[in-house]
Amino acid sequence: MVAFTVNGMRRELGVDPNTPLLWVLREHLKLTGTKFGCGIASCGACTVHIDGQAMRACATPVSMVEGKSVTTIEGLSPDGSHPLQRAWVAEQVPQCGYCQSGQIMQAAELLARNKAPSREAIVEHMDGNICRCGTYLKIISAIQRASREG
Amino acid sequence: MTERIDPRTTDLSRRDFLGAAAGLTLALTVTPDPLAFIGEGVSGEALADGLLSPNVWLTIATDGTITIVSPAAEMGQGTFTALPAIIAGELDADWSKVKPVFPPEWNEKKFGNPGYDNYAFQTTASFAVRGYFKAMRIAGAQARRVLIDAVAAKWGVPAHELSTEPSVVVHKATNRRISYGEIAGFAKAPPELPKIEDKDLKPAASFRYIGKDLPRVEVPLKVTGAAKYGIDAQVPGMVYAAVLQSPYPGGRPETVDETRARQVKGVTDIVKLPEGVGVIGTSVEATQAAKNLLKVTWSDAPGAHHDSEKALAEFAAIGRDNSRQGVPYESVGDAKAAMRGAVKVYRGEYRTRYLYHAQMEPMNATAAVSPDGKSVEIWTGTQGATSLHNQVAKLMGIERTNITLHQHFLGGGYGRRSQQEVVIDAVRLAMAVGKPVKLIWTREDDVTGGKFRPMTAHHIEAGFDAGGKLVAWHHRVVAESVAAYTSIANGTPPPPLDRVVMKGSPIPQYPIPNKLAEHVIETGRARLAAFRGVGNAYNAFAAESLLDEIAKDRGLDPIAFRLTLSEGQPRMQTLLRTVAEMSDWTRRRDGRGLGVGTMVKDDTLAAGVAEVSVDRATGKIKVHNFWAAIDAGLAVQPRNVAAQTEGSIVYALGHVLREKITIRNGRVLESNYSDYEVTRMSDVPNIEVRVVSTDNPPTGAGEDGVPVVACAVGNAIAALTGVRLRELPFAPERVRGALGA
Repeated sequence: MVAFTVNGMRRELGVDPNTPLLWVLREHLKLTGTKFGCGIASCGACTVHIDGQAMRACATPVSMVEGKSVTTIEGLSPDGSHPLQRAWVAEQVPQCGYCQSGQIMQAAELLARNKAPSREAIVEHMDGNICRCGTYLKIISAIQRASREG
Repeated sequence: MTERIDPRTTDLSRRDFLGAAAGLTLALTVTPDPLAFIGEGVSGEALADGLLSPNVWLTIATDGTITIVSPAAEMGQGTFTALPAIIAGELDADWSKVKPVFPPEWNEKKFGNPGYDNYAFQTTASFAVRGYFKAMRIAGAQARRVLIDAVAAKWGVPAHELSTEPSVVVHKATNRRISYGEIAGFAKAPPELPKIEDKDLKPAASFRYIGKDLPRVEVPLKVTGAAKYGIDAQVPGMVYAAVLQSPYPGGRPETVDETRARQVKGVTDIVKLPEGVGVIGTSVEATQAAKNLLKVTWSDAPGAHHDSEKALAEFAAIGRDNSRQGVPYESVGDAKAAMRGAVKVYRGEYRTRYLYHAQMEPMNATAAVSPDGKSVEIWTGTQGATSLHNQVAKLMGIERTNITLHQHFLGGGYGRRSQQEVVIDAVRLAMAVGKPVKLIWTREDDVTGGKFRPMTAHHIEAGFDAGGKLVAWHHRVVAESVAAYTSIANGTPPPPLDRVVMKGSPIPQYPIPNKLAEHVIETGRARLAAFRGVGNAYNAFAAESLLDEIAKDRGLDPIAFRLTLSEGQPRMQTLLRTVAEMSDWTRRRDGRGLGVGTMVKDDTLAAGVAEVSVDRATGKIKVHNFWAAIDAGLAVQPRNVAAQTEGSIVYALGHVLREKITIRNGRVLESNYSDYEVTRMSDVPNIEVRVVSTDNPPTGAGEDGVPVVACAVGNAIAALTGVRLRELPFAPERVRGALGA
């Protein structure tokens, strides 16, 4: 039995403690906004917050979140109104969109720490998140917009 | 922006469409597209019952909602917005009332792409807007006419006195207005629908949405996690599957040692597949773990002995050997005779390696077969709904109408999702265990089971006459055939020509009087598929590199030389002048080089200029700026054309800097993003794209940045260092070696 909080709701699950958090979220809890990309923490598509810190859910055994608070893209804001989500729409960032939950969660950690990051700080913070459609420049613009518009 | 889609909406296909039926449904008969596009289907599969006019359906509900079918796959290229916008514009619909849906039935006669000779549902080759454009304009105009006629009859006024504003019919003389939703409350579609001719379509000056930038309809879903991809499908009672695939094409499992795999908790079944072994279980993690514990021996096949580096050297030798005749792809004049008569002949050799699509969503499919085995439901995101239906019908021995496809958004396609082997395996496994099966490939499966862009060797000769005119061009491409691989895999005879590999090799932007582009086909090695940028990517790398070498030898500016070569091609000349101006081409930069490249793909033209520097000690290339101009005819959604061009430049940058697939003893050596290194944010230069919209019919715009990147970057390196890089990728060790550091 593993007990933790997901998007503000307490969950108790009878799963193997070694199960990656990713599959617990996606297939046990049906929170499919968090995506499977690589399974080895190499692409960032599965990024979630664990006690506010951006982590790769694919490389996090569920036992590690025992007693902790997990936030997924579904819990970032109640209605898609987080400044980053609004900026992502305004800048028309997503193409295929598959990586964008992870991109937004990664960026949300940055803005929570640094309200006005430089371009260099953005690139450094985001470099572990792959977007194969090549929307990187729009991601940078959206983070800068969210930083400006809050 | 207005949010038109409820973020809670999960199923954008059948249910929504039928749910909107309380209103006016128009079965619109659309005449076959008079623009005779040549079919470019990769699969070569034909419809059994031939060609018929497609019908396009739209529904207007009494609340004013206009549901419009958008048949193309949405993989980020924006057709889920662009296609409905074409109908909505002619219909004079209020865009905020428009709701795009995937087809309620996968019937090519109604919704197939008129750009393909078999009207296939196939979202490849940037053919969606191009293929559907005319038919959808006619459909929109016809629906508008039906609405006007209905109001004319009700109000007793002549139809020609009525006009439309967004979703409203207006009678100016009596100052009366009625909304489309209100019309839907009383109107009936006439038994015979009005015929629409070209003169009935809006002139360009009256376009309501074409050429304007609409926010893409599904973007709000993609920032909340609500957008559903195939991998997100949840079907009651489903079990999970992983598949250990043959390392090479054609390998069959001979012996399977399941002992350790069976011991994994949650594993329920192990099933032999034609070219793999499936593991079924109650969780993803169990099936993935057990798959890695299988011990399988595979039958021999030609691909088992493939060594890609060795073969590439052989390909290059074949390229040089003119006695090895290729399949002529395009021949103009007499290139061989003109070459013999030339006073100066330039020769260039270039090589490119296998590339992996690396779409972010690993391949997956969910299938549920009915207990009697006579019907099946499939949840996936596919670029090829027609080939999916044909192949599943053949596998199960059922009619296509007994297949229910739930189309999803695609987590990247780039050509990879035109292939159906994962769908087929999911159906096989669902049949074997009698339960719905969700088959998910791991990233490692996706890399080693990839269907690659072929590796290529190029040998080009270019002959000049005594007057200094380029009079002969002979491009030999030595490569496997994607078309042949795909056809053989689908059980159909391989076509003689491979338009995937050879596209772009005839360089139509340069009207040289004698040209020969030929394909020396070497088959039976690797799994292959169409790949964003297709043959244009490597053919432009080869051709545009040689052109720069020639310009240098003759003391000509690379852009000035190309302007001379493209005489009589004003569209290309405009793009060349545009990128020259954007890049401030003649301004020298300390420590940086500029290079140019161009391409023409199915009547879309592009030109690009790269600004690069090289760290001579490490061999690491940095691209600082990239300027591109694209002419895809009439730009239906200009901002999206620019986004696609920018994205495709970023996509190709990885191909140029690092990406390669290596096969040794039939085994793919790369396995994940850790050793197949795609473009990351820190690699990306400033990119400026200018969309040059012209009054030509709209052509594709999904992949046209790709071909101009390798050539422009290579030319820039040569301009900076004097050293010509002839092989992709320009990996640091190769660059260091070439620079002699």
